[in-house]
Amino acid sequence: MSGGRPLTVLSDINLTVQPQGFLAIVGPSGSGKTTLLGLLAGLDRPTAGRVVLDGEDLGPLTEDARARVRAEKVGFVFQTFQLIPTLTALENVLVPVELRPGAAGRAGSAEQRARELLARVGLGERTHHYPAQLSGGEQQRVALARAFANEPKVLFADEPTGNLDGETGHAVIDLLVALNTESQTTLVLVTHDQELAQRAHDVVRLSGGKIVT
Amino acid sequence: MSLHFTLAMARREGRSSWRRIGFYMASITLGVGALVAINSFRSDVTAAIHREARTLLGADLRLSSRRPLPDTVQSLLDSLTGAGAEASYVTSFSSMALATRTGRTRLVNVRGLEGGFPFYGEVETDPAGSWSELQSGRHALVDRSVLIYLGARVGDELRIGQASFTIAGSIVRMPGEADISAAIRPRVIIPAAYVAETELLGFGSLVRYRTYVSLTDPEGADAFAERYEALLHEEEVGTTTVAERAEDYARSLDIFARFLGLVGLAALLLGGLGVASAVHVFVKRKLETVAVLRCIGATQRTVFAVYLLQAVLMGLGGSAAGVILGLAVQALLPGILGDFLPVAVSPTLHPIVILAGLGVGVWVAVVFGLLPLLSVRDVTPLAALRRAFDGPERRWDVWRLAVIGALVATVVALSIAQAPHPWAGVAFAAAAAVTVAILGGTAWALTRATRRLFPRRAPYVVRQGVANLFRPHNQTVAVTLTVGFGVFVLGSMHIVQRNLLDRLSVDASPDRPNLVVFDVQQDQRDGVASLIEEHGFSAGELTPLIPARIAALNDRPVDELLEDTTGSPQPEHWAVRREYRHTYRDSLVGSEELVAGRWWDEPAAPGALPRISVEEDVADDLGVGLGDRITWDVQGVLIETEVTSLRRVSWARFETNFFVVFEPGVLDAAPTVYVTLTRVPGEEERAVLQRDLVEAYPNVSALDLSLVQQTIETLVGSIALAIRFMALFSIASGMIVLVAAVATSRYQRVRESVLLKTLGGQARQVRQVLATEYVALGSLAGLTGCILAGVAGWALVTFLFELSFRLPLLQLAGIGLAAAATTVLVGLVAGRDALRRAPLAVLREIGE
Repeated sequence: MSGGRPLTVLSDINLTVQPQGFLAIVGPSGSGKTTLLGLLAGLDRPTAGRVVLDGEDLGPLTEDARARVRAEKVGFVFQTFQLIPTLTALENVLVPVELRPGAAGRAGSAEQRARELLARVGLGERTHHYPAQLSGGEQQRVALARAFANEPKVLFADEPTGNLDGETGHAVIDLLVALNTESQTTLVLVTHDQELAQRAHDVVRLSGGKIVT
Repeated sequence: MSLHFTLAMARREGRSSWRRIGFYMASITLGVGALVAINSFRSDVTAAIHREARTLLGADLRLSSRRPLPDTVQSLLDSLTGAGAEASYVTSFSSMALATRTGRTRLVNVRGLEGGFPFYGEVETDPAGSWSELQSGRHALVDRSVLIYLGARVGDELRIGQASFTIAGSIVRMPGEADISAAIRPRVIIPAAYVAETELLGFGSLVRYRTYVSLTDPEGADAFAERYEALLHEEEVGTTTVAERAEDYARSLDIFARFLGLVGLAALLLGGLGVASAVHVFVKRKLETVAVLRCIGATQRTVFAVYLLQAVLMGLGGSAAGVILGLAVQALLPGILGDFLPVAVSPTLHPIVILAGLGVGVWVAVVFGLLPLLSVRDVTPLAALRRAFDGPERRWDVWRLAVIGALVATVVALSIAQAPHPWAGVAFAAAAAVTVAILGGTAWALTRATRRLFPRRAPYVVRQGVANLFRPHNQTVAVTLTVGFGVFVLGSMHIVQRNLLDRLSVDASPDRPNLVVFDVQQDQRDGVASLIEEHGFSAGELTPLIPARIAALNDRPVDELLEDTTGSPQPEHWAVRREYRHTYRDSLVGSEELVAGRWWDEPAAPGALPRISVEEDVADDLGVGLGDRITWDVQGVLIETEVTSLRRVSWARFETNFFVVFEPGVLDAAPTVYVTLTRVPGEEERAVLQRDLVEAYPNVSALDLSLVQQTIETLVGSIALAIRFMALFSIASGMIVLVAAVATSRYQRVRESVLLKTLGGQARQVRQVLATEYVALGSLAGLTGCILAGVAGWALVTFLFELSFRLPLLQLAGIGLAAAATTVLVGLVAGRDALRRAPLAVLREIGE
């Protein structure tokens, strides 16, 4: 809704992401990229149409059921990092693991894995630092570790380099792609960075809420 | 939902929350502290009273009568003492005491003692042990206040009526009597053997005969009272047992303590408001975190549980601190309320009170925090992708309504549990709700009004300051509520106290009498009048007093009336049984107003009954109206009268007022004593006149009303001290909430101030912006609080104390201004940080 009238943000979208694929969604500001990402990840419900995630139709699910699906199958990387400021790097990485049922029994192994992930993104020495004590690139690397902590089926990344300088951005993307390959995750990435999009297996171009290619 | 996650997340999040909103929990702390203190104290008092019940009475049983014990009762007593019981007799009456060395006099309560009273407990005296001197000769023990007033010391001669005594010591403490009673009725104890010698037990003097009995079987008192109830009733001898006495004390002290508890409850509720506003700000700051958690798979319930758990833990922490504070205060209370306590109270731990304090604290924290916390559920995960400008929309679902219901129920239930009477609790809850509603409404109106009437042409600093009142995340409501509430509590208390004391102030108007001369016998009338006039003052008109009791109402004897259990409307026991003191005159006096019937301006119809005029409240209690007949027993003579008019009497004025006034001519022949009021300006002149009166007419008593005034001031002062002490908790709670409200918006404020400075604003301008905002907030909250206090004070003075109302405008304005100044001060101190620091450092800090 916008200005009291319904606003069609997306229409006639039909796309399939291959397992373990890498899809880039590109397009100018306001083309509906983020809205599409939100729908794919089950953050929102389409007014018409269907979203199937790993064989599960998100349409009939309640908000809580979708949250469960997200906890089990989805990882996120945000433009603004979105680390929880009151938690340390390690604790931030642990959040998605602990959200899953039965987390208590695996506390030790979960923490071990979180430490490994942080080491993998080059922050093995900074596990007890708070987000405010980390630079932007470091924060995004913690976010990457968090996104993979859960061994998600699908990883959604929303402009992951949007708030970083070119060099740092490159490093983050290299890490993202490497982790994606190692853990055989499906990656859906929203960006307006053409160079970044070229590294994807598939590219979907949005304009005015429609797929143009 | 993963319990593990909830616990872990609550714990980790809590680390930083403690710093941010732990401060708010201090308001819960103060409220819990107040309740734990006062409720523990209540238990202490009850325990002490029951533990020392026998000391309270000084005996197992007390018989009291207006006449010396009749033979029937005396022989009953003799049979008891024959079997090993002990009896002690105390005859008490009012009289003037004259210290011959200093020539000063004072109206005192004389008690002639015979026997071994007190059987339980000890009388503390100075010098110690002088109580036993009463057994050896003409000695008197007096209250310290009497010594001070008379300028006398131990060893001086004290004259009471025609007898003289040597002051053997002063009374420090008497078992079963609160210290404040020495101020109300100062005591002089003499040996009973010399009571007759005073020649004061003549007609018209109010004498109480009390017999204290120590039984061989201490438990037998109630059985005794029950077994001889009919006989004692017949002889008009009242009984008091240890259990009754303890019960009476426990009840009245409990009412007082509960009332103080209500004042403490106000602190807790204010703390609840503080928690609500803290959680509101807290949730707003956590919206992004919540959205991220939701995004990566946390359910609504999980996230809600994380924050609810934090609220519970913080409530628990705040309450635990409150319990510790309460226990410390509990130890202070006996000192503060000591004047009212008939027994020594030692603080002990009361686990139930402590647990209740913890429970109530947590519950209030949670219930008040829930309403803003519910918004957490409505955060959409999409907010993690896109920053929402405002928080989630408020959803009026079943949960929100249930929480509001729980909130209302909590406030009402707590008030009822704490109040001396359920209705008082309901009234308290209602008053609290109305106050909060009005203050909240004022804040709302202020934001609306400033938005609409925005001073567009004002200088920049003023515009910015005013704009702060209605911008998002403003603190208008929180500050108005806390400051307004503080002013309201302090202001209304002050108004009531001022009005009470003003009304009783004898010297306030120069024509008001300040000396009452009473117990003047018929043959002393002219002598007393001329003695007063010889001293240069007007003796006024001597008012006749005729003691009488009710024998029958409309031909139905009193006993029959009171035994009537048919359910028909019963007259009040006290009104039927009491001893009345009537007067007669041909006109109304200034403090009276006719409300029904006719005054006796016209001569009576031949054969008609004597006419009387009854005060309206007593008429109500007696259940009589115009045309009803009352038969009076006037010293054994029965006089039947008819009620022909009802009067309203302003009791608050120091005048001789009467429940019943007779038409002249009926009581002229009855035995009469006289009373007169006069005004003697100087204190020294009053002392000289009283001395000369007592020397010439030992049976005549004089009461210096300035003494009464002092007594009342002492009493009101002691009560006010206790109330103020409890109110201190509310004020402190309010201060904490105020400081916290200012502190929570500090980050935003610092950011803005720094931005202003970065853009070239000077520190002075930033300060002016802040000052404008807080001046507006503080003065409006102060003003609203003053108006509310004025209304509440007026209602209390007019309806509860039934006095005419005067607004102490200056003092009230002073309280309001002080509150406004405090607000500005707190605001500026909190903003000082922003002014001191370099823009870059602050930008870096909040940018992260």
